[in-house]
Amino acid sequence: MLQVRNLRCARGGVPVLDHVSFDVLAGEALILRGPNGVGKTTLLRTLAGLQPALDGTIDYPEGTGAYASHADGIKTALTVTENLTFWAQVYGRDVHDSVYDTFDLDSLRGRAAGTLSAGQKRRLGLARLGVIGRNVLFLDEPTVSLDGFSVRMFADWMRDTHLAQGGCAVIATHIDLGLEAPTLDLTPFVAAYDAGGGSDEAFL
Amino acid sequence: MKALLWRDLALAVRAGGGFGLGLAFFLIVVVLVPFGVGPDRSTLALIAPGILWVAALLAALLSLDRIFALDYEDGSLALLATAPLPLEGVALVKALAHWITTGLPLTLVAPALGFFLNMAPAAYGYLLVSLALGTPALSMIGSFGAALTVGLRRGGLLLSLLVLPLYVPTLIFGAEAVRRGMDGTGATAPLMLMGAITLGCFALLPFAAAAVLRINLR
Repeated sequence: MLQVRNLRCARGGVPVLDHVSFDVLAGEALILRGPNGVGKTTLLRTLAGLQPALDGTIDYPEGTGAYASHADGIKTALTVTENLTFWAQVYGRDVHDSVYDTFDLDSLRGRAAGTLSAGQKRRLGLARLGVIGRNVLFLDEPTVSLDGFSVRMFADWMRDTHLAQGGCAVIATHIDLGLEAPTLDLTPFVAAYDAGGGSDEAFL
Repeated sequence: MKALLWRDLALAVRAGGGFGLGLAFFLIVVVLVPFGVGPDRSTLALIAPGILWVAALLAALLSLDRIFALDYEDGSLALLATAPLPLEGVALVKALAHWITTGLPLTLVAPALGFFLNMAPAAYGYLLVSLALGTPALSMIGSFGAALTVGLRRGGLLLSLLVLPLYVPTLIFGAEAVRRGMDGTGATAPLMLMGAITLGCFALLPFAAAAVLRINLR
């Protein structure tokens, strides 16, 4: 469903990753790992189309990708329902009530998003993925500020709803999500930007 | 695109949205001018078109940096850029929302403020028409400027410097139309030129704004 070949991507004009190749089939997730600064976010932004690839190809059906960044993109002055409805409308879809149950937002529906805790905001941000109905998800640290219970809730949604319905996902994370998914360590793909072949510690 | 327009309007009228900021600024400037210039009614009537137009322009400038900066900071701009909505449409809708929350209220209260400045009643209609034609261009040009400076911290000054020269033609034709309306010398030509500027802005600038947004989001 998602095919990446020999991808080279850059951050601020400096090549960060090179020769990245992988496949993700429908119903499969890929976990990206690597130390801070290795280029997980850069790779995800490139996959999502926010920045052009320097080289290589990214192939997935057009109009199926969606990106979720560190920031949730929540409007604090709007309520939980208004936030979700907005994103659903942007993607031309309806909000099903089951989303509120899945992400444990039922009791928060009428609350202004600005009054939510960090974890609740994050759940709202993840619930956005549940309403936009996109198949290929690029998730950057989806579990930041979530408690253990919410992490399991997210993993359950990912496994039982998203992947079970034939979606796929590329997830950058540092923790164990409890998903049976292949892992890709990005450390071997770090681009040699120093001609001397010395260490790239300086910019890691 | 309708959803985005409604969201922006809802955000503008809720707490901290800044709706009415431009309007209050406009009101304050126009009310203060007679104190500064003095109570001579013929002088006030003479400078009224220029004052009203300059005040409207500065009021529109006041809220420009919010057009994209807020969405950029909370991450929604990156999400919108990856959404099925074209970025050109986003820029257009943002400019439209800015106009509805600043330009439109300014246009509607301007005749009442013209009264404060002893403007000739014959010119009220021209003031209304010229602002209605000109303020959309201010919002669209401003939306382009806001897109250019979206990634910058404290980009407000740079934004003003970039946008003000582009505002000058609209200001000249707008104030000229009202002045001619007041003299009764026929305001059709400046109004048509201003309309052309506005239409040109709406035809070209959404694409320019979308292009610079893409670069700024990299």
